Amino acid sequence: MALKKKDLLGIDYLERAEIEEIISTAESFKEVSTRDIKKVPALRGRTIVNLFFEPSTRTRTSFELAAKRLSADIINISSSTSSVVKGETLLDTARNIEAMSSDMIIVRHSMSGAPIILARALKSSVINAGDGAHEHPSQALLDLFTIKERLGKVEGLNIAIIGDIAHSRVARSNILCLNKMGANVRICGPATLIPADIEKMGVKVYFRPEDAIDGADVVMMLRIQVERQKSGLFPGVREYSRFFGLNLERVRLAKEGVLIMHPGPINRGVEISPEVADGPYSVILDQVTNGVAVRMAIIYLLAEGRGTA
Amino acid sequence: MKIKAKVMDKDGIDRALIRIAHEILERNRGTVGLALAGIRTGGVHLARRLSENIRKIEGVDVPVGALDITMYRDDIASRKRKTPMGKTEITFSVTGMTIVLVDDVLFTGRTIRAAMDSLMDFGRPRAIQLAVLLDRGHKELPITADYVGKNVPTSNKEAVKVRLLEEDGKDEVLIMEKAEG
Repeated sequence: MALKKKDLLGIDYLERAEIEEIISTAESFKEVSTRDIKKVPALRGRTIVNLFFEPSTRTRTSFELAAKRLSADIINISSSTSSVVKGETLLDTARNIEAMSSDMIIVRHSMSGAPIILARALKSSVINAGDGAHEHPSQALLDLFTIKERLGKVEGLNIAIIGDIAHSRVARSNILCLNKMGANVRICGPATLIPADIEKMGVKVYFRPEDAIDGADVVMMLRIQVERQKSGLFPGVREYSRFFGLNLERVRLAKEGVLIMHPGPINRGVEISPEVADGPYSVILDQVTNGVAVRMAIIYLLAEGRGTA
Repeated sequence: MKIKAKVMDKDGIDRALIRIAHEILERNRGTVGLALAGIRTGGVHLARRLSENIRKIEGVDVPVGALDITMYRDDIASRKRKTPMGKTEITFSVTGMTIVLVDDVLFTGRTIRAAMDSLMDFGRPRAIQLAVLLDRGHKELPITADYVGKNVPTSNKEAVKVRLLEEDGKDEVLIMEKAEG
């Protein structure tokens, strides 16, 4: 029942049964966060290190709370306060952490594949908390959990992902995850932000958000990085908002009771209007709540798998 | 694994649960401040039946909670878990209550230890008591049941299988013998 591999590097490496196991375990862990004493002793004495080479509040805090609610000891290292600024390599940093007997390392890095390099070199379990434009598996799993919790199923649902698909690890992990679970994934964005050949991943491509949203059960908006504008991939924030932003008018095209999701942090008034972000269909904060339960499940199942291997 | 003996049948289980319901009421002088907490999965079914029996006797509904003790076990690194993790549902306030923990089999006592730890995280019960359908011996911790359906001394080579209507379609308790070699 545990996860088969030592590490969680991406949705690509998970079987459907493992994804289902993570979701059902997270359902049990969700209750822990509703107690007065938000803690269970499952991972007492285990040491986990959060190694973040990119800024993050949500994901880092979520993993930290997840570890603490499992009674593990967790330490945060961010690149700005570590010896990385003195020129130490990623691998050397990680080996030094492991030399202090860590059991698990949670890593975020701007370079795609960085967690895979660490996983190969280390005995500790490695969890990918986002690597470049590659994957962000815990985000996709918490999105899946939220959809399942709200709509009861995922199979057969029409799910639209709108935004900068090309640079988004959230989009990649979600496409892989939702496809494995049998959903119909639609993607949409400016042509410059849609990778060529993306259809090979088993998605339908739309260039007008109205078409992508039409009859959708779930709409996932991606954060548009304003930096991309400088590289000429879209003309301007206001124009993007007008053509691709999610407003009430566009939400009405979706199925009744549609879920509006966003991995955060949101740019209010850019990819999503405040009325939609704060509106009745928005589950953006549920995603954050569920993130802790899903990450507890991931950490627990990896720790459990280590013992049975 | 082959069946060695059937130690309880449906009538036996029913009678034991009626007797335990009476014993719980007698010892606690009624239902005031009383709640049941079943240990997943068998204990939850038994706790619901005990609550139903108590309702028939006293006309009072005693709250029933469910504990999944997977998160409280002391053997995460060494045990192969066969059942998926279930939900813990304690919807009543535990503080100041007398909680009767309910499980199907009392064996090493480690499950009960974990269940007590889990319960304490919800508050400070006035007292915790233990009801089990079967006490098979071999305890490894100083834990004894307050209410026992049946005492059945077993050997370590044997396994106890409790089948319940709610899950297996029939009520019976079997002693299984592990095949040689």
